[in-house]
Amino acid sequence: MSTNTHDSHDELVVRHAPEGVSDPGLPPHTPRLGDSDPKAAKRSERIVAGLFGLSVIGSILVVVSFFVVKPEGTVESIQRSNMFLGLGLALALGGIGFAAVHWAKSLMNDHEKVEERHPQRSSEEDRAGAVAVLKEGAEDSGIARRSALKGGLITALALLPLPIALPLIGNVGADWKVSKFRHTMWKRGTRLMTDPTYRPIRAADVTIGSVVHVIPEGLNHEDLDHDQKFMDEKAKAVVLLVRLDERDLKHTEGSYHGIVAFSKICTHVGCPVALYEQQTHHLLCPCHQSTFDVSDGAKVVFGPAKRALPQLPISVDDEGYLVATDDFSEPIGPSFWERVK
Amino acid sequence: MKAIAARRHHRQAPVVLLVLALLVTGAVYAAFASTSADASVVAQTETDIEQGKKLFATNCASCHGLNAEGREAAPSLVGVGAASVYFQVSTGRMPMQSNAPQAEAKPPQFDEAETLQLAAYVASLGAGPAIPTAEQVDASKGDAAKGMALFRTNCAMCHAASGAGGALTQGKFAPSVLDTEPAQIYTAMATGPQSMPVFNDMTLTPEDKRDIIAFIDAQKEGAPGGLDLGSIGPVGEGLWVFIVGMGLLIGCAVWIGAKSS
Repeated sequence: MSTNTHDSHDELVVRHAPEGVSDPGLPPHTPRLGDSDPKAAKRSERIVAGLFGLSVIGSILVVVSFFVVKPEGTVESIQRSNMFLGLGLALALGGIGFAAVHWAKSLMNDHEKVEERHPQRSSEEDRAGAVAVLKEGAEDSGIARRSALKGGLITALALLPLPIALPLIGNVGADWKVSKFRHTMWKRGTRLMTDPTYRPIRAADVTIGSVVHVIPEGLNHEDLDHDQKFMDEKAKAVVLLVRLDERDLKHTEGSYHGIVAFSKICTHVGCPVALYEQQTHHLLCPCHQSTFDVSDGAKVVFGPAKRALPQLPISVDDEGYLVATDDFSEPIGPSFWERVK
Repeated sequence: MKAIAARRHHRQAPVVLLVLALLVTGAVYAAFASTSADASVVAQTETDIEQGKKLFATNCASCHGLNAEGREAAPSLVGVGAASVYFQVSTGRMPMQSNAPQAEAKPPQFDEAETLQLAAYVASLGAGPAIPTAEQVDASKGDAAKGMALFRTNCAMCHAASGAGGALTQGKFAPSVLDTEPAQIYTAMATGPQSMPVFNDMTLTPEDKRDIIAFIDAQKEGAPGGLDLGSIGPVGEGLWVFIVGMGLLIGCAVWIGAKSS
């Protein structure tokens, strides 16, 4: 159902065009230079041949550089090898692609063609035939008479989704133990250790303006049986320890001579908040720019977070090392469904 | 010369050669050891402090006060230590160029000797972190793998995992550390300049600091993938794909659809 418009595009009929808008139809056909000038056609041919030639050179380049420019372990040699292979592949593939398109555009027949859409509705004959076939099948199966089979079929189909849905819902259920969101490894007497060097921290060694990334004592690969548990516990227990001039602190509860410890997990969506600006005492979350004021109980001063970072109350033990005096005052991290506030 | 050449097969020749070789090795070692010692030890003589005081009075005192006691515009420098002066002055951050969100690095205004004199003067006012020795900042003696773990936890959130730096709040930013001198990296960690917190010898021991320097040094080799687009993360890479990658694809589509002339 195609119309060759080269000589008849004026006859195209405008259908259902709203009033005032007329179908401009196809632009008039303009012959290409190559159609009339054999020199131009010859030039196009040379370009296409040249592009194929580039592709050949690219393929050869890949093969040669595979043997000659080998990655030898240094970053520089890997870069060089990648560059030659990539350049060769780009030429090999691009050459063929550009040649094919240029060939089609400049040398092959350029007559525009219009293909009308087929009507979507089937013919009346086909529709009647389909209904007849369905009716015949229903008749043949005797589903109206055989009620036991009808019941069996419906029951079987009704139960089928269960084996798919049950494991899905069951696995979701494993995460519904909200108690694990409420508590971390921290408890009274747990020493604060440096992350990742795992050394206890003497309060006297923390100078003003210092930041220490802290994990609880016992959070190491030896004491936790496998990596998954280690990561789960670490994800909840990480703490940022900061020492301020005591006079800058607005509240001193849970602090020790200007040393304060806050959960490193953002209360917005749980990114690690650790961009501490020593001069402003602001703690910035890199994900959505929530900003917490460490001198004022890590309350939110900017950004989408709604709650202050939970504070880890700290003190020192007999040897002068920093210890927690309790778990966090409230669940760490973003809000969840059973959280009170 | 001929006499020596004639005796080169003499029975004692290897012994003589060995003795000579030992002497040469010793001399070379002594020469190198003394130069490295010269570079590392900050000569804090009275004259240095005196010179530093003069430099301070003419270049720094207008903001920090004649005795470095600090004023409204600038903090006291008593007790900040030689390391702090070394970092601020050798990176050109001090003297500060303008009242911006943060003092930015620029070509230093003092040469190495003057910087050390200033540092000696400020260190004489009160104890503080000292300038590290050449050995303490020798990247080849550090463990880059351990440095990476330390960098990831302590530095990467501001300076980015690649060390290329990143934005902070209100016009402040963490600068790139990739072109920073090892001694400047060390003194920055030890003193916590401007927005940066302090990482003293308890938080990161001198060995830890050297490992971090080794890690940063290893980044200078470049990325094996080639063009790293400034290593500023997914935003820059996404922008590149959107503008350059998709631009090329759209260009191809337009070219394929256009009529040949």
